[in-house]
Amino acid sequence: MEKHDFVTIADLSKEKIMYLMNMAQAFEMHPNREILKGKVVATLFFEPSTRTRLSFETAANRLGARVIGFSDAKVTSATKGETLKDTILMVSNYADVIVMRHHIEGAAQYASEIAPVPIVNAGDGAHQHPSQCLLDLYSIYKTQGTLENLNIYLVGDLKYGRTVHSLIMAMRHFNPTFHFIAPEELAMPEEYKLYCKQHGIKYIEHTDFNEDVIAGADIIYMTRVQKERFSDLMEYERVKDVYILKNDMLGKAKENMKILHPLPRVNEIAYDVDENPHAYYIQQAQNGLYAREAILCDVLGISLEEVEADTTIIK
Amino acid sequence: MMSKKERLVAAIENGTVIDHIPAEKTYAVATLLGLQKLQTPVTIGYNYPSKKLGKKGIIKIEDKFFTDEEISRLSVVAPNVVLNVIRDYEVVEKKKVVTPDTLKGIVRCNNPKCITNNEPMNTIFHVIDKNSGIIKCHYCDKEQVISEVKLV
Repeated sequence: MEKHDFVTIADLSKEKIMYLMNMAQAFEMHPNREILKGKVVATLFFEPSTRTRLSFETAANRLGARVIGFSDAKVTSATKGETLKDTILMVSNYADVIVMRHHIEGAAQYASEIAPVPIVNAGDGAHQHPSQCLLDLYSIYKTQGTLENLNIYLVGDLKYGRTVHSLIMAMRHFNPTFHFIAPEELAMPEEYKLYCKQHGIKYIEHTDFNEDVIAGADIIYMTRVQKERFSDLMEYERVKDVYILKNDMLGKAKENMKILHPLPRVNEIAYDVDENPHAYYIQQAQNGLYAREAILCDVLGISLEEVEADTTIIK
Repeated sequence: MMSKKERLVAAIENGTVIDHIPAEKTYAVATLLGLQKLQTPVTIGYNYPSKKLGKKGIIKIEDKFFTDEEISRLSVVAPNVVLNVIRDYEVVEKKKVVTPDTLKGIVRCNNPKCITNNEPMNTIFHVIDKNSGIIKCHYCDKEQVISEVKLV
């Protein structure tokens, strides 16, 4: 059997994305099972990321797998100068699947080429974070009932924010209209605008962020404007409070509109928004559990049919 | 003054003559073709006057014929050179450099955070646009211009 990896979202077909949506939905109905009983999942976090690690480990545990791994490269042989290759091959002796996070870009792709077991990319530097993207897609699918023909507003740091870049690539199959709302210094890079043109994705750019601009949104995807991204701190001071979503900006919002955020947030969504029915960022993180249950099963060769016919469900 | 008809370098009976190499690329071409490992006679001419290039390099390699794959490696440093295949003192074929679809282990990625700069491993690049020389790292996906990358 060909080895399945989950390294990038960029090359997933529409069919595959919908297949994984359906699988995540099946896990949302029954998240607790023993379908992975007897399997060992390794979580190798060469760079700390508590949220992502807990989400993957919860997914593994709720499906009956056992988990080994480390949460910080400081405790591993990587600090002694061991290559990634040696670490991956060593852990492949122990585990049925490796979930890895690394600060180096392309690390997961390389690991997938050398490892005899499936590799799941839990983030490789500024490059890709495909499980985050899948949970974003599932959150959109679940709240809108479809991924087709949506107006998606991306707000904040569109230059460095890898989650927004992945979202554009994953949504290319579904005829979206994107709105890019960002300060000039953090505007959507040309290469992604070119990507949109090449794939026939409609987009509109804004520098204003107010009640009227967002009135047409089905999804508002907020990201953090980070101080360290600015070369000009005067510019940061000028724009830092412009891209904050406040409750009084939501008066004209469409009823179905939901606000997403990959978290952690700092101040870009005011706390008075949390009680608004449009707020969805906390539930979004919970969808990560179902998305990651689907990812683990998919790379281990368990099909949607098997998930649906599963007799190991714990009620 | 040297006569135009006078040969800059002695003719060879069988082998390959690479002419019109931009002078500063001469040694890079020699390295990419692995000439230092050959056992047959090799003549490297350097800084010869050239109408087209100002200064040029010429390399003559006796009893050696290159495969298309070997020649494609030159696309990184000298895409416009011509390789003359010589048999019995005559040019029997002129081979041009064809940019391949992928470059394996030839150039370095410009991204210091790329895995290829942090592990003992080969680089792989996909050639995105042959005309403008845009290549994309297989691992970190960074697009770069072929004239701005360094050889491995």
